[in-house]
Amino acid sequence: MVRRRTSPVVVGALLAAGALLTAFPFFWMLTTSLKPIAESYTYPPTVLPSTITLDSYLRLFRDFDFGRYLVNTIVVVLIGFVGMFFVAMAGYGFAKFRFRGKNVLFLLVLSTLMIPIQVTMIPTYLILNSLQLTNTLVGIALPTLVSAFNIFLFRQFMSTIPDDILEAARLDGAGELRILWSMVLPLSKPILAVGSVLTFITGWNSFIWPLIIANDQQNYTLSVGISLLNKQLTINPPLQMAGASLMVVPIVIVFVIFQRYIVQGFTMSGLR
Amino acid sequence: MPAPARTNREALMTASAAQHEAAARRVALRVPWRSSTLVPYVLISPALLCLLTFSVLSIFVAAAVSLTNLDISGLADYTQVHFIGLHNYQAMFGDPAFWEALGNTAFFVTVGVPTLVIGSLAIAIALNFSRSRFFRALKAFYFVPAITAIVAISLIWGNLYNSQFGLLNWLLSLVGIAPVQWLTDPTIAKLSVALVAIWRGSGLDIIIFLAALQAIPPEYYEAAAVDGAGEWQKIFRITVPLMRFAIFFVTVTTLINWMQFFDEPYVLTQGGPVHATTSMSLYIYQQGFRYNEFGFASAASIVLFAIIAAVTVIQLRARQDVDG
Repeated sequence: MVRRRTSPVVVGALLAAGALLTAFPFFWMLTTSLKPIAESYTYPPTVLPSTITLDSYLRLFRDFDFGRYLVNTIVVVLIGFVGMFFVAMAGYGFAKFRFRGKNVLFLLVLSTLMIPIQVTMIPTYLILNSLQLTNTLVGIALPTLVSAFNIFLFRQFMSTIPDDILEAARLDGAGELRILWSMVLPLSKPILAVGSVLTFITGWNSFIWPLIIANDQQNYTLSVGISLLNKQLTINPPLQMAGASLMVVPIVIVFVIFQRYIVQGFTMSGLR
Repeated sequence: MPAPARTNREALMTASAAQHEAAARRVALRVPWRSSTLVPYVLISPALLCLLTFSVLSIFVAAAVSLTNLDISGLADYTQVHFIGLHNYQAMFGDPAFWEALGNTAFFVTVGVPTLVIGSLAIAIALNFSRSRFFRALKAFYFVPAITAIVAISLIWGNLYNSQFGLLNWLLSLVGIAPVQWLTDPTIAKLSVALVAIWRGSGLDIIIFLAALQAIPPEYYEAAAVDGAGEWQKIFRITVPLMRFAIFFVTVTTLINWMQFFDEPYVLTQGGPVHATTSMSLYIYQQGFRYNEFGFASAASIVLFAIIAAVTVIQLRARQDVDG
């Protein structure tokens, strides 16, 4: 009996210790980003800044082009949402229509899940290059625009929508796009929520494609901009950590608000 | 021994697949076969065009390019591109750096996958130990690394690892341990880079394991408790056997992720010191985009694809054997 009562406490304490260890790098990121440069080099290191300054954040925007990187990242995320609309269309098509080649095409979609990014890295660059889309934001967003698993998720969800209401709308003379827009999408809010959060995270964190596709600073996203901070001749820890905070904090806020959808999405997708 | 319970994920998929089939049958009854209509094709074509261009078409392009001498000058002037047969493959197999990258990837997989699968399973079981608010709040801490940008995370860890002013060496000095060359000693650098990926990767695996754990009917545990089973017995006799599918699934996806290991070594070490942390992905990236040898890099990506495909097939076979 004693054992029963104590073990959750022991487990809870161990988990809490682990949680603090997990969170510590983020805590370190925030405190370091607020330190003056000189203090970040002191030894022994200070955990809390003795003087708090927002100087590093200001420098990111003043001495570097992080304002532009931020805008670019937001544009890439927004293009991602166009992709999600394509995904919703395809999900609807696969869920609610019968057509020749449907099963083969759907299997083809699922089989793309097996293809790793390394195989597609070089040819994707070559394809985008031949379309003259390298060094454009559209080019950065294109390779991950449509996710096969999201098509799968949308199809699964949309096949639960009753056919009767769609038929009724068709009899009333509504066109297919109108049915999709004003009936199917509103009924698919739960899966749209999951999809939106995942689309935001994918676009915001995307690194390898902007790295490959953006050749000049004008088209860098936050992730590429931040990775360059590590290649400066002299390392400037507060500046690096300010850059990292700029990327991490919005994601953590989104996570706190939409935790349920994120967990749901990851549970279903299992990947990314 | 109870029949293995389905995980959430499996149950979800089968349930919706069944619903879908039922729905399809209803459609078949009511809606006449509309072979003439282009509507479904119009609906699926934008997504399929994007998806298949950058996946299926990509493989064919990679396979074709791997047989040519395509480089930066060939990119500007296609008349410079020649068919050179298997020359790229020969050159690659003769390149010690290729074998080193392959060996490093094998090392990362060997260290990373078991650590992550066992570690995440243990944490997930612990998190599932109680449904109290405290335990639910703790989950968030373990999830966050999974959704933050690897680039940002790598920078943070680079800072902690720093050999001059890093926090880790200072902490070690407090207990009298000499400074460690976290990112400059070839062997330690491999482990340091892997540690960051383990720290980051655990969140996702924990989420999947937790979903599977919550699908286990509580009656099993109640019955076991009546029979006098202790907590450890419950874990090893009920939980782990029932989690077989989830463990398999997480192992496969984690393995594939680690074979594609890229961001952490790219940001933390650029593959150094002296190739020690160059994974296969980083090798391909460097050949392709640092040296602009697109043909050669394509050959490397085809080889990696073959390896990943082979490993996946072997695992699927192994699963069939387990299930009988």
